Amino acid sequence: MSELQVRKVVAAYDGAPVVHGVTFTVPSGQLAAVLGPSGSGKSTLMRVIAGLHSPLEGAIVVGDRVLTGPRVEVPPERRRIGLVPQDAALFPHLDARANVAFGLPRAERAGSRPDELLTMVGLEGLGSRMPGELSGGQRHRVALARALAPQPDVILLDEPFSALDASLRAEVRAQVRQVLRRTRTTAVLVTHDQDEALSMADIVAVLDGGRLVQVGSPTEIYESPHSRWLAQFVGGAVVLPGTWTGGAVTCALGEVPATLGLGETAHAGDRVEVAVRSEHLVLERPDHASDGTVALVRNVAYFGHDAVVTLDLPGVQDPVEARVIGGSPVVPDTEVRVRVARPGIAFAAERPA
Amino acid sequence: MRAALLTTPANRGAVRPSVARLVLTASAVVAAGLASIPLVYLLVRVLGAEPDAVLTALMRPRTLELAANTVGLTVAVAAACLVLGTATAWVLSQARLPGRRVWTVVSTLPLAVPSYVAAFGWVALSPVRGFWGAFLVLTVCNVPLVTLPALAALRMANPSHEDVARTLGRSRARAFLETTWPQIRPATLAGVLLVALYVLSDFGAVALMRFEVFTWAVHSAYTSQFDRTLAAALSTVLAAMGIALVWAERRLRGRESEQGSAVTARAARTPVALGRWTWAAPVVLSVAPVAAVVVPMATLLRYFTGRADTATTVGAADLASDALSTVTLSAGGAAVALALALPIGLLAARFRSHLSQVLESASYIGLALPGIVVGLSLVFFSLAVVPALYQSVWMLAFAYGVLFLPKAVGAVRASVGQVEPGLEDVARTLGSTRAGVWTRVTARIAWPGIGAAVLLVALTAMKELPATLLLRPTGTDTLATSLWRLTESAAYGAAAPYALVLVAVAAGPALLLTREAVATVRERRESA
Repeated sequence: MSELQVRKVVAAYDGAPVVHGVTFTVPSGQLAAVLGPSGSGKSTLMRVIAGLHSPLEGAIVVGDRVLTGPRVEVPPERRRIGLVPQDAALFPHLDARANVAFGLPRAERAGSRPDELLTMVGLEGLGSRMPGELSGGQRHRVALARALAPQPDVILLDEPFSALDASLRAEVRAQVRQVLRRTRTTAVLVTHDQDEALSMADIVAVLDGGRLVQVGSPTEIYESPHSRWLAQFVGGAVVLPGTWTGGAVTCALGEVPATLGLGETAHAGDRVEVAVRSEHLVLERPDHASDGTVALVRNVAYFGHDAVVTLDLPGVQDPVEARVIGGSPVVPDTEVRVRVARPGIAFAAERPA
Repeated sequence: MRAALLTTPANRGAVRPSVARLVLTASAVVAAGLASIPLVYLLVRVLGAEPDAVLTALMRPRTLELAANTVGLTVAVAAACLVLGTATAWVLSQARLPGRRVWTVVSTLPLAVPSYVAAFGWVALSPVRGFWGAFLVLTVCNVPLVTLPALAALRMANPSHEDVARTLGRSRARAFLETTWPQIRPATLAGVLLVALYVLSDFGAVALMRFEVFTWAVHSAYTSQFDRTLAAALSTVLAAMGIALVWAERRLRGRESEQGSAVTARAARTPVALGRWTWAAPVVLSVAPVAAVVVPMATLLRYFTGRADTATTVGAADLASDALSTVTLSAGGAAVALALALPIGLLAARFRSHLSQVLESASYIGLALPGIVVGLSLVFFSLAVVPALYQSVWMLAFAYGVLFLPKAVGAVRASVGQVEPGLEDVARTLGSTRAGVWTRVTARIAWPGIGAAVLLVALTAMKELPATLLLRPTGTDTLATSLWRLTESAAYGAAAPYALVLVAVAAGPALLLTREAVATVRERRESA
């Protein structure tokens, strides 16, 4: 079994600390996404796991092998941890098959194993192509096959899909997820793309400024974020100032039912901020509804399956966005009534700067 | 040939070649013809000589010895430059190195010292002579020819490759050899071939070190033994070796561009901490600069300040008149090079065809033929065909023009090539005529690059020694020939000022190259 444990890792880059005591565990065979904005230390963390960067403190343990720890530093070539870098990084002087065979023992390189791996990632027959002759998506699949070839305990995916265009990305993501599930490989996906993290991962670890903000299943991260920042970073949320009334917040949207975020305490009458998911805002024509706040529609961005409506709320400076099912008859420069369909989450208001 | 003239991608729209293009093609053919005179006439001279005389000249045991010396020195210097240059480039690009920018500049400094000046410094200072003397001087002076392309290739190489190789079970050294080295190999080996070419054609350093190789043998066969057939026969062998090296270099460059296109470096590079080898980096980086610059310059300054040798002094008037003739001759050479390069480079940049490629490769003759061979062949040519030009400044300027033509053609081609055809199309739609487009757009954008190349050619021609020795008008001396004459007679004190001026002259082109190398570092930093 190859459970990956990251324990209290502290790492610096050129003397500047970038990872501050990060701890999480990836159960064997599962995929964890390390999600964070750029500069959050997620790539450094990944290099520490691979053994390409020495942390100042902390430990990396896979199964019962301590790879990094006090006085232990297993070099990357003996860790049994595979890497799929950002741009696939196929060796340009080797064809697809030789790329896949690179990490195999010499005796197996000429055998059928490289071709089996290429078949597994859906590239049978393309073994003799040079990297330049493969499409972007094919290159990523070769890179995945190459990393999986020596049957590593853990595989690291460093923003592997960011170089692909949007239409290809979803397809390659699904293929990669499928292959990883089939081979039951423990995997860590480093990404700044929340869709990618939520859709692919069993566990999401959110990193900000080198600190772990929250670890949990995609549902937990989305449904009950531990902070206002996380609520906005993952999924996007409308955050409004208001007053806690115990079980609800009085704000520009009226009386919005809400629960307190984890670890938050508030008394009735305290200033709080309430986060409401964009898709939980319901828009109705003013003549059809009597409850809800009247708002002015500034813009409608139509995406087919849904539409994002930008609204001016009375007494709120910045416009807010509502995500509605496509085809809603909302017209710019008209008024709508806004209602909140699901409870929001309340956080203690940030002290004025 | 007709098909080649008509179907080129750059030739959009025009079905029939225009008059302007016919004129351009014709001038390019003439220019390429002129540039091939040294090679063609050398062959004419050898084939026209008594076959027996040529054979006897070539079949002597001494020829074998010369060949062994030449090949041995070339291989040894090339190998040493490969190792030292790659190591230098690796440290400059991959290692954690305080003062990287300064070190980058320092490591290119040897280019500023002509090899015979460095040799002069070592000869005046120490008893080192012969193979090891020539090996030392030529290695340390030429290392930057490997360092610079290797450095550029290393910066292009994707650092993720080594990371991936390490996670697939390779040690750091193996990861470099199996993933990074194949990527930088074409560029690095092309640099090594340039070094080999330089060693093959070097005359001054080997002569000062008294190491007998082909160039020196050609020179002495012609000037002291007056055996012209021997000189011509030896020159032919030398020319063949040079052409082989240039051919190999071009092939490698071609492969380099093929491979470079498939990859882009994306991930940021993490400098490698050298740990207990930290002390080694400055040592590796300073070997060549110390041996090629510091030691010779210190020796020169010691002689110059007069403490070591007061017997012979130099007249300021001599130095001034030599400097004047050097500047005049090299300016003439640069003008010839530009005149020959314009039609060939323009044709190559705008109307690519088989013909333009053939004409362009004729310009490489100057790269492949050692200066001594060009000089000798033009001596034969002027004596037999145009006696009026024998030992005239015209013939010498022409020799410079041929020798440095590749630099000029490359610059014309690149400068004109960077003017996007789209710009010309826009100018046409804004009402400019074809000629108007050329003067208002194309030439305006291309001139700075071409001008820099002409200057570079002039500065390089100022250092030229072997062809100048053979072709200069009697009684005319350049800085290089005076330095040569004074060093030959061990008048080191008198030679020192000439050497110092030559280093100052050579520093120009070297700085230009260095600026490019440093500019790349800066760009990297800003984009990171």
